[in-house]
Amino acid sequence: MLHLRFFASLRDQLKVDNESLEWHSEFKTAGDVRAALIDRGEPWQTAISKRTVLIAVNQEMGRNDSAIVDGDEIAFFPPVTGG
Amino acid sequence: MKLSISIQTDDFHHNDEYQTLRTDAPSIGAIVTFCGLVREFDDGLGEALFLEHFTGMTETALTRICEQASQQWPIISARIIHRIGSMSLGEQIVFVGINSAHRKAAFHACEFIIDFLKTDAPFWKKAITSDSEYWVEAKASDREAVKTWKK
Repeated sequence: MLHLRFFASLRDQLKVDNESLEWHSEFKTAGDVRAALIDRGEPWQTAISKRTVLIAVNQEMGRNDSAIVDGDEIAFFPPVTGG
Repeated sequence: MKLSISIQTDDFHHNDEYQTLRTDAPSIGAIVTFCGLVREFDDGLGEALFLEHFTGMTETALTRICEQASQQWPIISARIIHRIGSMSLGEQIVFVGINSAHRKAAFHACEFIIDFLKTDAPFWKKAITSDSEYWVEAKASDREAVKTWKK
């Protein structure tokens, strides 16, 4: 099982802040999960396919090519605006 | 480096933090502090701000930024406070305090930390106006600021 989390404007667009996603053996990278979410259609397609969307794997900044394993937490969020 | 990070809804007192930074070690010769405030938004419409963060990852990201600063300048201690939740115009959002033996290290480290906090720490601001709310967009100028440190 993967633990997905969504923050800020992305969460508002998707109307969900977290979900558990069943693990598939074809998941190799964070980008594979991203592609699976985009395949769900709207509102996922528009929200998750945005080029500016950031990915964190187990609370570390990641990228589409970050390797993942079963049990990982994968977070998706817009560019940060603190300070 | 001694490091202290607080993510809190409560306001903070600059002088309390300054006094703590003064008394950390007898070798301290310089203290630099930065305070960020809620200011009027560029469109002039905002009346308040709501700040959200990613609990856990925020602390990890800030720790990493401070460790990177510490590798470049001889910091004795670093103190970061970042507020979350609702804030009005003029309120304090963020505090970065650095002490060191000499001023240059303290100046550089403080600026480095606030620059990277703005691009690498998972906080998000929502602007609240009298009749609407919207998420604040990330600024290109903040991304440019961290690039100058990487040169």
